[in-house]
Amino acid sequence: MNYSSFEIWTIIAVMGIGTFLIRFSFLGIIGDRKMPDWILRHLRYTPVAVLPGLVAPLVLWPDATGGEPDPARLLAAGATLLVAWWRKNLLWGVFAGMATLITVQSVLGTI
Amino acid sequence: MTSTTEKSLFLQGFWSGVPFFFVAAPFSVLFGVLAAEAGLNLAEIMGMTVLVIAGSAQFTAVQLMTENAPVWLIIAASLAVNLRMAMYSASLQPYLGAAPMWQRSLMAYTMFDQSYAVSILKFEDEPDLSLSDKVAFFTGSVMVIVPTWISFSFVGAVAGTAIPENWALDFVMPVLFLGLVGPMLKTFAHLAAALTSIIVALFFGFLPSGTGLLIAAFAAMAVGAEIERRRDAK
Repeated sequence: MNYSSFEIWTIIAVMGIGTFLIRFSFLGIIGDRKMPDWILRHLRYTPVAVLPGLVAPLVLWPDATGGEPDPARLLAAGATLLVAWWRKNLLWGVFAGMATLITVQSVLGTI
Repeated sequence: MTSTTEKSLFLQGFWSGVPFFFVAAPFSVLFGVLAAEAGLNLAEIMGMTVLVIAGSAQFTAVQLMTENAPVWLIIAASLAVNLRMAMYSASLQPYLGAAPMWQRSLMAYTMFDQSYAVSILKFEDEPDLSLSDKVAFFTGSVMVIVPTWISFSFVGAVAGTAIPENWALDFVMPVLFLGLVGPMLKTFAHLAAALTSIIVALFFGFLPSGTGLLIAAFAAMAVGAEIERRRDAK
């Protein structure tokens, strides 16, 4: 690494301000005004549009296996999603997922 | 000002954030370790952790710094990683936009994947919550992750030893977020959006710094909204 202290603090400051402005953007500027229906209709799908795509590469190509698909992790992810959906509950899903991961890994002898 | 329901909503938010300790703690120790190994001093590491407070962007910046990338590229790449949070901001606006400016600023500062996901699930489930209840829940939901993120970055930066390779910890994060997504799959439109997100994100996985995720998110929102529009038009 070869940066001056000034350069490092510039990076930190601009990252900090920029990240805040991204987070602040709509919530901060639009405030109390109502957005058009067609935008609200799209925004209703934000969580299911971002979070699955965020974790999909981590499930299919985990770092822990050097990026190779791992049956235990795939089954665990499926179990988590299915049980969380069925029980409408995060913790049941997490419990099912981790239990599946441990069980399959011990059966396959990969622990 | 603080009614009983606000207090209970704050506590509900707090408990919803507790499991994420197991994501934030190892992740932030690792950040401290890698940043120290890259050559950042303690003030710089803690400055970045407190001012930026966004894990994946911080990892991106440190990784690029070890490669001696140009300053503008480090800034652009790490901010690109954070762009998804503009969507979170827009998605939370209908629920939290009426809060006072100082509250909206603090909630913006603490807008993470975790606080967004647990809060939006709560707000969609219980549309009758008052504004102050929603603010109380959001605030409670960051009470574990913020001190964990900051203090464990410090531990990593000072201790400087990598956490042991652990088979389970790497999978805590995906499992927690999948557990949050499960209850959100309420209609066919939600399911179709989630599937679109997965397929497009994997397809564009080779693109740098979260660009693929942004494309996936826009495509998935369009699919969900279009299915809803056609269903309502009938």
